[in-house]
Amino acid sequence: MKIGIVCPYSWDVPGGVQFHIRDLAEHLIGLGHTVSVLAPADDETPLPPYVVSAGRAVPVPYNGSVARLNFGFLSAARVRRWLHDGTFDVIHIHEPTSPSLGLLACWSAQGPIVATFHTSNPRSRAMIAAYPILQPALEKISARIAVSEYARRTLVEHLGGDAVVIPNGVDVGFFAKAEPKAEWQGQTLGFIGRIDEPRKGLPVLMKALPAILAARPETRLLVAGRGDEEEAVASLPKELRGRVEFLGMVSDEDKARLLRSVDVYVAPNTGGESFGIILVEALSAGAPVLASDLDAFAQVLDQGAAGDLFANEDADALAAAAIRLLGDPERRAGLRERGEAHVRRFDWATVGADILSVYETVTDGAASVAADERSGLRARFGLARD
Amino acid sequence: MTVTLIIWIAVALVVIGVYLSWTAGRLDRLHSRIDASRAALDAQLLRRASVTQELATSGVLDPAASIVLYEAAHAARQAEEDHREVAESELSTALRAVFGEPAQVEAVKEVPGGEDAATELAAAVRRVPMARRFHNDSVRAARALRRHRTVRLFRLAGHAPFPLAFEMDDAPPVALADRPGT
Repeated sequence: MKIGIVCPYSWDVPGGVQFHIRDLAEHLIGLGHTVSVLAPADDETPLPPYVVSAGRAVPVPYNGSVARLNFGFLSAARVRRWLHDGTFDVIHIHEPTSPSLGLLACWSAQGPIVATFHTSNPRSRAMIAAYPILQPALEKISARIAVSEYARRTLVEHLGGDAVVIPNGVDVGFFAKAEPKAEWQGQTLGFIGRIDEPRKGLPVLMKALPAILAARPETRLLVAGRGDEEEAVASLPKELRGRVEFLGMVSDEDKARLLRSVDVYVAPNTGGESFGIILVEALSAGAPVLASDLDAFAQVLDQGAAGDLFANEDADALAAAAIRLLGDPERRAGLRERGEAHVRRFDWATVGADILSVYETVTDGAASVAADERSGLRARFGLARD
Repeated sequence: MTVTLIIWIAVALVVIGVYLSWTAGRLDRLHSRIDASRAALDAQLLRRASVTQELATSGVLDPAASIVLYEAAHAARQAEEDHREVAESELSTALRAVFGEPAQVEAVKEVPGGEDAATELAAAVRRVPMARRFHNDSVRAARALRRHRTVRLFRLAGHAPFPLAFEMDDAPPVALADRPGT
């Protein structure tokens, strides 16, 4: 099958959506499909052979933060050329509502279009204002995928219609086979994420740490992620700061080894998560997980069966749950076992097969993808040249 | 004075014409999307019924289960258009009754050729809800546009029948589709 994938965010900036697309493309290529990914990228960035650059993304303030997006005449022309050259059986657009390549591709393509909605933003004013513009483009999507039940719900509320839920994939074997590191073992809590992003929840964990250390003084907290380390421990009493170790940015291998080593992986995120891929990675590595009870997290953890949940933003609840888990090796072993069984549904083998079923369902009884000539004025008056 | 007025009227007419043509194009595209998604749904339903019938006649299952599945699959394939939703829902119920236990699926897999049959059936019961969701989504989009004032006033939908959603019970047997969410 010839598959075209559209990535809305810069290929050179690491992010969840980009990693998902990279893994999906590599998985599909491994199965023998022809895959081409259209992504914004600087011309100098080295790209994998299956990625086609759509030009440099422009940083614009969007949705409360600065996003790097692609739009304008030039990008639209590149999208059309990619569609024309690719002769795809199906195109898979990620984040079709972001004002970037996703939306452009939606505008200028016709035929079987699959779209994945990653974010579950609360209804924004911009979205409401853009609704009449978005709707004609979104109407062309033959199949919608939401990454979680939560994302599906927001999608249904905001845009109407329906979607199938296919979770993000994880290479379970990579994490399960990682070698634990001795220096990261022994009464350790793990945290991975941006230190200076409050929504990742490190402040909540810092608030809970004194109570955890009072009950179990041997505990160490390992923090991997970029950000200001001094500022992060500022709220902690001086004598306790030594119990926190910062590992900085870690490679994928070290991340897997860290997750294999820690006694409890803590995810104190306070919001803004629509899926929680890190939890799946932790489960794959066999780490017992303690996470805040966000909708998305509760769903990944099977409502608490595959990992412990605590009340969001409640440092005392976090401390109590962490102390209980650290002192109960049997419970940890139980969580580990259930987690490993539960996580198989997130493996690329399963997720990839589901996504392929979607492709096959929409290509049944439909022509292949082509550039949509109707959106050109010349075409409407029968003046198109080609 | 009159010349400018005429020009303005002409411009307005052209703009309205372009808008109407664009909306008609949108509607046309939606209708072809419905046709495609309905064809895909039919294909998946038919596939599910065929795989079920094959399994029922293969002798892999016990006689009672075979008869139940054969009956349901046969009824689903032969159903008239207005009984289709009921017949297909009954096939879903029958499949859930027979493949409710993982042990039954394992038993099918052990027989020579059973592995393939089980995989095929699992794929079929998984794709029916997908295809149905995609179809109903396209129906909803078309209905939303057809209710629009402009579309009704100018009869842009022509003689195309008002699209209907396909409502049925399509929950797959747990033992065959152990996936979250859908």
